[in-house]
Amino acid sequence: MALLSIRNLSVTFETATGPLKAVDGMDLAVDPGDIVAIVGESGSGKSVAMLAVMGLLPDTATVTADEMSFAGRDLATLSVQARRQVIGKDIAMIFQEPVASLNPCFTVGFQIGEALKTHLGLGRADRQRRSIELLQEVGIPEPEKRLSAFPHQLSGGMSQRVMIAMAISCQPQLLIADEPSTALDVTIQAQILDLLVKLQRDTGMALVLITHDMGVVAETAQRVVVQYAGQQVERQPVGGLFDHPHHPYTAALLDALPDRASGDRLPAIPGVVPGQSDRPDGCLFNPRCKFADETCRTVAPPRQSAELGEALCHYPLNHREAAA
Amino acid sequence: MLRFLLNRIGLLIPTFIGVSIIAFSFIRLLPGDPILLLAGERGMTDERYQAEVVKYGFDKPIWQQYLNYLGDLLQGDFGTSFVTKKPVLTEFLTLFPATLELSLVAIVLAVVLGVPAGIFAAVKRGSFFDQSIMSTALVGYSMPIFWWGLLLIIFFSGILQWTPVSGRISLLYFFPPVTGFMLVDSLLSGQKGAFASAVSHLILPAIVLATIPLAVIARQTRSAMLEVLGEDYVRTARAKGLPPRRVVGLHALRNALIPVITVIGLSVGTLLAGAILTETIFSWPGIGKWMVDSIFRRDYEVIQGGLMLIAGIVMIVNLIVDLLYGLINPRIRHQ
Repeated sequence: MALLSIRNLSVTFETATGPLKAVDGMDLAVDPGDIVAIVGESGSGKSVAMLAVMGLLPDTATVTADEMSFAGRDLATLSVQARRQVIGKDIAMIFQEPVASLNPCFTVGFQIGEALKTHLGLGRADRQRRSIELLQEVGIPEPEKRLSAFPHQLSGGMSQRVMIAMAISCQPQLLIADEPSTALDVTIQAQILDLLVKLQRDTGMALVLITHDMGVVAETAQRVVVQYAGQQVERQPVGGLFDHPHHPYTAALLDALPDRASGDRLPAIPGVVPGQSDRPDGCLFNPRCKFADETCRTVAPPRQSAELGEALCHYPLNHREAAA
Repeated sequence: MLRFLLNRIGLLIPTFIGVSIIAFSFIRLLPGDPILLLAGERGMTDERYQAEVVKYGFDKPIWQQYLNYLGDLLQGDFGTSFVTKKPVLTEFLTLFPATLELSLVAIVLAVVLGVPAGIFAAVKRGSFFDQSIMSTALVGYSMPIFWWGLLLIIFFSGILQWTPVSGRISLLYFFPPVTGFMLVDSLLSGQKGAFASAVSHLILPAIVLATIPLAVIARQTRSAMLEVLGEDYVRTARAKGLPPRRVVGLHALRNALIPVITVIGLSVGTLLAGAILTETIFSWPGIGKWMVDSIFRRDYEVIQGGLMLIAGIVMIVNLIVDLLYGLINPRIRHQ
């Protein structure tokens, strides 16, 4: 049974100019120990979907799903109190801006200890001991000293390590990492990703990695979900995705990787993700797709078979390789 | 932390000199001759007048008068009242507890009501509760103090006859001042009904004095909370599965309090100034009423010395606020 199981998740925001559908019919199954990457541009609904799982969206958001369950418990029908016992304990999340995500008024030790106290009921001495252990685990030197440090005394990379220590403090079964390395220096990015993969391997927790960086996906993930304008346009194991992308959007993203590009100029995808007011008819990607024809412009695309990466496309690419 | 403290104390020196110049020149800009006022309706002879002028040093050039005054200040001499012939400092110390008691009760009232009102308004943003609190605060902020005070007197003292009109305690009670705070002294005296009498005398002026700071604190708390509730670290706190009470009351409030503390500190200055009006309306025997009386009498020394003492207290309060600021905001402490 899947650890996290989501079927047909939609999130709509009430805005001044009318409803905005940020996530549109998302499916996701994460097994214990899985590493799943959700890839997409800004505004494709990656973070919003995961915030919906955590129950962290503001009141202006309407969340609907046929199923949203974690370890056999239906998150949607769980009471607020019961859900708080799952959040931060069995499902933890880290965010894009580590420096802004730590409370500037409290020490590192206090902020790590808080979850230990809330969920595990540890006493002061146990919290201290466990916090030092956690800081060691995430590779922070001199952990005893760092406990009394305030967030402004830490670098961005250190802050993200502290966030990770906080997230894994109660040994969660699932860690959601929302662009954990985007705000960091390139050299630190790799360290943080390595750390996440190492922790995942050591603890056997499942990891959902939200990113817009295909390079990150290639290095870390086992399975990949490609998201575009709130919809999942392709779902594949990482090897198949890089070798034979089936959705033209995935293919275009891969072509834009510097390592894979040929020629003098890096290929780009023209245009931007459609917003609330300019959602096209038919396939949402059609205005930016070089293969689009009249059908794509008028008819919503079907979901293809698993062999074709469950691509949401009328004319999936590489279907010969898929058949072979 | 020590450097932070020394830095703040160093900043007080120019402020002190600036205030002393204003206190000194302000009263001299007012028309009216203090010695003639002292003489009263009977007047005085020219020789006597000249003698008085020399006695008070008014014959010397103005800059020399200022330097004498500054020199006296630095030796802790705040002058002697023309009228009562008592040292300004002694009079101040006798009257100040009354003002301090009134101001403390008012600021406690303003903080205890204003901060929670601001928090609830922010959490229930846009609700009926939020809108009623914020419009009430606006009314409170815009209300002229003397009018509001008279209104309360008419209603509670006049029509309902619940509270006395003026003073600090009923004349039926007499006991020597121990702390100078009527609420404490009346309890210490052990006389039956004394404390209730002190409270009933204090309640209306305290409400009047608290009105503006209450409105300011409620609005400032609300806007600071609204800003902080959208921060990433509040999301982190919620992602830990913490109950909303802890997320709002600890993680958000601790950060929101930083600007609120500043406003509370500034309110203390406003309170001492506001106390002048309130004390006059309620005949509260504090320094506000003392200052107003001295201005009418052109009692230069009392006005100069009194202003300096009030300014000194405001400066000390601001210093304390700055230190509190450092305590509550670790980023300042480590600069």
